[in-house]
Amino acid sequence: MSKLQALAGNVMNWVDDRFPATKMYKEHLSEYYAPKNFNFWYFFGSLALLVLVIQIVTGIFLTMNYKPDGNLIPGTNVSVAFMSVEYIMRDVAGGWLIRYMHSTGASMFFVVVYLHMFRGLIYGSYKQPRELIWIFGMLIFLCLMAEAFLGYLLPWGQMSFWGAQVIVNLFASIPVIGPDLSVWIRGDFVVSDATLNRFFALHVIAVPLVLLALVVAHIVALHEVGSNNPDGVEIKKNKDPKTGIPLDGIPFHPYYTVKDILGVAVFLVAFSYVVFFAPEMGGFFLEYPNFDPADPLKTPAHIAPVWYFTPFYAILRAIPSFLGTQVWGVIGMGAAVVIIAFLPWLDRSPVKSIRYRGRNFKIALVLFIISFICLGILGAKPATNLRTILSQVFSVIYFGFFLFMPLYTKNDVGTTPVPARTTDTNTQRQIGFAVYALLAVLGAFVFGKLV
Amino acid sequence: MKNKIVKILAACSLLLPLATPALAAGASVALDHSPSNVRDVESLQRGAQLFANYCLSCHGASAMRYNRLQDLGLSEEQIRTNLMFASEKVGEPMRVAMQAKDGKVWFGATPPDLSLIARSRGADWLYTYLRSFYRDPSRPTGWNNTVFDKVGMPHVLWQLQGDLELKVLDGKVEAKGPVVRSWETVEHVNGKEKVSTHQLVLTRAGELTRLTDGKANTFDYDNKVADLTNYIVWMGEPAQVTRERIGYGVLLFLIFLLVPMAYLLKKEYWRDIH
Repeated sequence: MSKLQALAGNVMNWVDDRFPATKMYKEHLSEYYAPKNFNFWYFFGSLALLVLVIQIVTGIFLTMNYKPDGNLIPGTNVSVAFMSVEYIMRDVAGGWLIRYMHSTGASMFFVVVYLHMFRGLIYGSYKQPRELIWIFGMLIFLCLMAEAFLGYLLPWGQMSFWGAQVIVNLFASIPVIGPDLSVWIRGDFVVSDATLNRFFALHVIAVPLVLLALVVAHIVALHEVGSNNPDGVEIKKNKDPKTGIPLDGIPFHPYYTVKDILGVAVFLVAFSYVVFFAPEMGGFFLEYPNFDPADPLKTPAHIAPVWYFTPFYAILRAIPSFLGTQVWGVIGMGAAVVIIAFLPWLDRSPVKSIRYRGRNFKIALVLFIISFICLGILGAKPATNLRTILSQVFSVIYFGFFLFMPLYTKNDVGTTPVPARTTDTNTQRQIGFAVYALLAVLGAFVFGKLV
Repeated sequence: MKNKIVKILAACSLLLPLATPALAAGASVALDHSPSNVRDVESLQRGAQLFANYCLSCHGASAMRYNRLQDLGLSEEQIRTNLMFASEKVGEPMRVAMQAKDGKVWFGATPPDLSLIARSRGADWLYTYLRSFYRDPSRPTGWNNTVFDKVGMPHVLWQLQGDLELKVLDGKVEAKGPVVRSWETVEHVNGKEKVSTHQLVLTRAGELTRLTDGKANTFDYDNKVADLTNYIVWMGEPAQVTRERIGYGVLLFLIFLLVPMAYLLKKEYWRDIH
């Protein structure tokens, strides 16, 4: 051993005596054993972490130049906040890149998180003993929704302003305390400079702090029980008797670190394409009306939330007001999010993975996917009679999927025995996946054109 | 398995023709396609000139600094002598001398800031709007617009385009004479469909339009508006050409270097697993 290596070893020992650096490195990377049969769906956890880092880093640089000031520049109809975003886009060196990375990152965060959640759904990753991981995940999802909503006000464009107006007014529909509550949230009787200032504070520090803490909790809980896998097999049940290492497990580092780098590289291709060639993404990532400065006296004809909120927005609009209050839609929308957290206790199937599940669950899942995508499309469009009826039908299916789950997952027909060890994917599964993905995209496209 | 896929795809393709008429029904006013190209620097220079001459007196572009026009191959001296008419400095944004509240009194609505108008309205809308003003004595300015009904803005480019009139005729009518644009609308009156034809007719030629043998020639005016639209689109995001140029480099790096290297690295490490 050279002198330099000896010195490095001594330094590491010195640190380890005072802080569990090597222990943590082993527990979470070099000796964290993950199942060796992870497939495509298992990229999205690490990608979510990547997008979180992108959002924080670009966010820091945006904060250096953005001004949360809703007052108008004297003699004009444009606010300081709106102009400071354009200042970033035009005068700050590389500002357009930072801003587009942040705006694209917001949407891509939801892309990867929705796919990450869907993975959990099809492979039963929320089931015992991973219920807490799922709960932490749902709290992260809630934080993410809050973060996205708060951040969307900051450019102070027409959709920022009126979107915030609509959502804060939802709280006003709560009986008795509603009106006071909405004033308390806004800090004013309308969305105003006071609202912008507090939303800025919440967006850049309060929610991100909670978010980071929850991400740590999510990962610590995961590493405590170990990862699920596409077969839903508990790899800890088959350990090498000598070493105590799971037979189907491989160290996260280097195997999954190098695999995730590949995932990151491919993801960056898609991400960069959007950032450099389609930052508005056809009005879905950056809504066109949001390039008009906020005008409290001019209500837009159609106030649409950004695409990631549209399924829940469609549920909100689908529920009519009765008993003299509109609170039911708000409750429905909230319940649509919260109910996902109860999956670990709604699912009574003895099997985790869809590979070994029975007919009922597969049919229910297909109906659920269809209703979720269709609700998303309906929520992005102005309401018509037909669309409202369709939204109501799909909302019923959406809730039905969860509420009837205990019934149809118990004694599901055609449940097949789970193998003792993990299996590798095969061509038939890959073709099946490609067909389903294609069908989902085509179906969404056709439905979007038809309604 | 393969047969199944083919059948499913065939079934999907049958649904596609259904989709098209639903799409066409929703549009309110058909917009002409704008031939704008933000890489055409000469067109952008001509557009900038028109913008400074005709738009800047009422509309500001407060996010756009004059010296950014250097991106269009103009020198600061050229910008100062040709495009700046007030006593501003070349580093200042294109502000308008008119106060917002005065504009509201004079036009009924404050003329919007045009820095980002192309990003909210779109190039096609601007290109069509600037060619769709017609004489309407019922309006305070004497002008109306088929794309933006009861607009507060008068036809600033009328000397170039001349006078247009809007004719609404019953039934389907073939375009004859100096018709610039013609479109049909369908109304439902007492359960019956009532078709009317709307025609924008050139009644008096301007500097850039001609009336010859009862036909309208708007080629030069359309080109001029295309230049102006092009400039407004460019001004909406002056970094857009740079953005795409860098984008090609980034994508080439990712697709031909990072992705293959990451793939090979993964393959090398995973050799002992598979």
